[in-house]
Amino acid sequence: MARGEAAPAWVGHVLVPLVNLALAFLVSGLIVLAIGEDPLEAVVILVRGAVGFEEAIGYTLYYATNIMFAGLAVAVAFHAGLFNIGGEGQAYIGGLGVGVALLAFDAHLPLPILLLISILASAAFGAAWAWIPGYLQARRGSHVVITTIMFNFIAFALMNYLLVNVLIQPGQMSPQSREFEPVAWLPFAHEALGWFGIQVTRSPLNLSLLWALACCLLVWLLIWRTRWGYRIRVVGGNEPAARYAGIDPAKVVIATMCVSGALAGFVGLNEIMGVQHRLLLNFTAGYGFVGIAAALMGRNHPLGIILASLLFGALYQGGAELAFEMPRITRELVVVIQGLVILFSGALEHMLRPRIEAMFRRPAPAGGEG
Amino acid sequence: MDEHFLLAVLTLDATLRVATPLILCAMAGLISERSGIIDISLEGKMLGAAFAAAAVAHVSGSEWVGLLAAVLTGAMLSLVHGFACITHNGSQVVSGVAVNILMSGLTVTLGIAWFAQGGQTPGLGEAERFRPLLWPGTEALREVPVLGTLYRELLSGHNLLVYVALAAVPLVWWGLYRTRFGLRLRAVGENPEAVDTAGISVAWLRYRAVLLAGLLAGIAGAYLSTAQNGAFVRDMTAGQGYIALAAMIFGKWRPVPALGACLLFGFLDALAVRLQGVALPGVGEIPVQFIQALPYVLTVVLLAGFMGRAVAPKAIGIPYVKER
Repeated sequence: MARGEAAPAWVGHVLVPLVNLALAFLVSGLIVLAIGEDPLEAVVILVRGAVGFEEAIGYTLYYATNIMFAGLAVAVAFHAGLFNIGGEGQAYIGGLGVGVALLAFDAHLPLPILLLISILASAAFGAAWAWIPGYLQARRGSHVVITTIMFNFIAFALMNYLLVNVLIQPGQMSPQSREFEPVAWLPFAHEALGWFGIQVTRSPLNLSLLWALACCLLVWLLIWRTRWGYRIRVVGGNEPAARYAGIDPAKVVIATMCVSGALAGFVGLNEIMGVQHRLLLNFTAGYGFVGIAAALMGRNHPLGIILASLLFGALYQGGAELAFEMPRITRELVVVIQGLVILFSGALEHMLRPRIEAMFRRPAPAGGEG
Repeated sequence: MDEHFLLAVLTLDATLRVATPLILCAMAGLISERSGIIDISLEGKMLGAAFAAAAVAHVSGSEWVGLLAAVLTGAMLSLVHGFACITHNGSQVVSGVAVNILMSGLTVTLGIAWFAQGGQTPGLGEAERFRPLLWPGTEALREVPVLGTLYRELLSGHNLLVYVALAAVPLVWWGLYRTRFGLRLRAVGENPEAVDTAGISVAWLRYRAVLLAGLLAGIAGAYLSTAQNGAFVRDMTAGQGYIALAAMIFGKWRPVPALGACLLFGFLDALAVRLQGVALPGVGEIPVQFIQALPYVLTVVLLAGFMGRAVAPKAIGIPYVKER
């Protein structure tokens, strides 16, 4: 910013993201109009479908849980200047970790220990799947974007193989593992609240949400309150400077990718231990990509990611209702919105930001240019 | 011997059919990336174009109008990509992801709204598709032992777009290495400052590069929905845009090696279908998923420098900001 002073912080952190979001919604509205439905009516149905009744809120929060994990994964990598498109694959493999651990131990151990093992297994498997691209970027010079894309597909092939040939429940046709013992099911929110005498409608929402919120806090601490996080941000901001400061960027890149992969792996915790209670195909359902939108919209800050996840969670749930009530509209409209958010908040972030910030720049002291 | 020979020829024939969209997309990616613009949106452009081709061919009754729509769709998405990352210096990867996700949603959304068939377009009649072209003399050569089979199955009998894809490779090669435009295009991917200093617009060059990429990806999309198949099916690209990207990298950003990589990946795909459930002597049954993952694994191994070095254009991914 050459002239005048910087615009107030809220302009950059709140106003610009909101304007970009509004643009994405505006274009989505035009698409709805083009389809021949009323956008305003669609919004009403969407909001009612997302938060209008208990079950809807449960579903919204359940979707938000997955998106939070995936968004945090993308954000942590972004802080080190890395674009991890591999969240989808890391989540898939993280779920494999949970599944294998529970298939091995569910008959022998109590829930708290199973939960601990599952958290560790999803983190370890997800991290391992991200470690390879991280290592290859840091030590062999191959680009993490391309490698993580490739690793998504390799993960699909691997899971396909394992479920069809190895983990499939004997005597069954569909490629799924056996169901875990009920002791290994992460309690649903309606069960957990029931312990305190609060009755709510059933939904897939489970205790993973608490772990997702804890992860938000942990990521905030890691990035802004630890020496490690400082190193991550320096490497992401200016790699040569990091090198001069005695930081080994290669180490930081590898470690950051592992943290990122571990966070993505927790999607597997929510899905496999929390909802499906068995290992199956395609449970990641594109959350790795929603995470990209959430991280960009939330400006890579855990608080922003929580808000973005709630919004996308609401869109996913509300979109299902919308598809039900407006037959010409499908759930894929949410995917369109997601793409538009990535476009406006991510790819086009330099389009409006300088102009909006210029409008709010404090006037230069007298004698400056008018 | 006859049976094995015919099987081999048919496998190669399948290879060519699978490789066609890969070749077109790899050439598209190559032109874009040699100008310094990362193009991971091949998948989305191809998907959008495939939808446009099938939808318009159905409505207009002509595969040619469908092809035109596909090419325009590809070019329009390229303009979005270019607007974000050439005009506004946005992240090329983020922009590409946006196009991919946008198209995977929009094709189904519009498909259901317009045709109400679960995201598919209505099936195209024979007259609305690109049909196999029979070369002259196919029947006359039918009885000739080896050549007749090769001619009938491998050379003749493909649709026009297969030949377009094959012709695109020498064309792209010639354009890149033998024309002034190609020289400048390669220069802008390596050292945009130098090109700018010479008084040539970096942005205009790059816009032309991404537009050409959109055009080729558009043809690839039209091939999928109006030549290889007779309708658009949701997510019908199924990752082929990414395989093409891998093939382009595998070919080290050069047209002829990229063609080789596309044919290799196409061959692996054709092979995977044929090896399903077949036990090979000594090895046993090769899991089909292993062969499916092979293109990606090979690309990772190559990129990691374990099989020669794949060096990307120097300025790739970096927005060009004129010094002020």
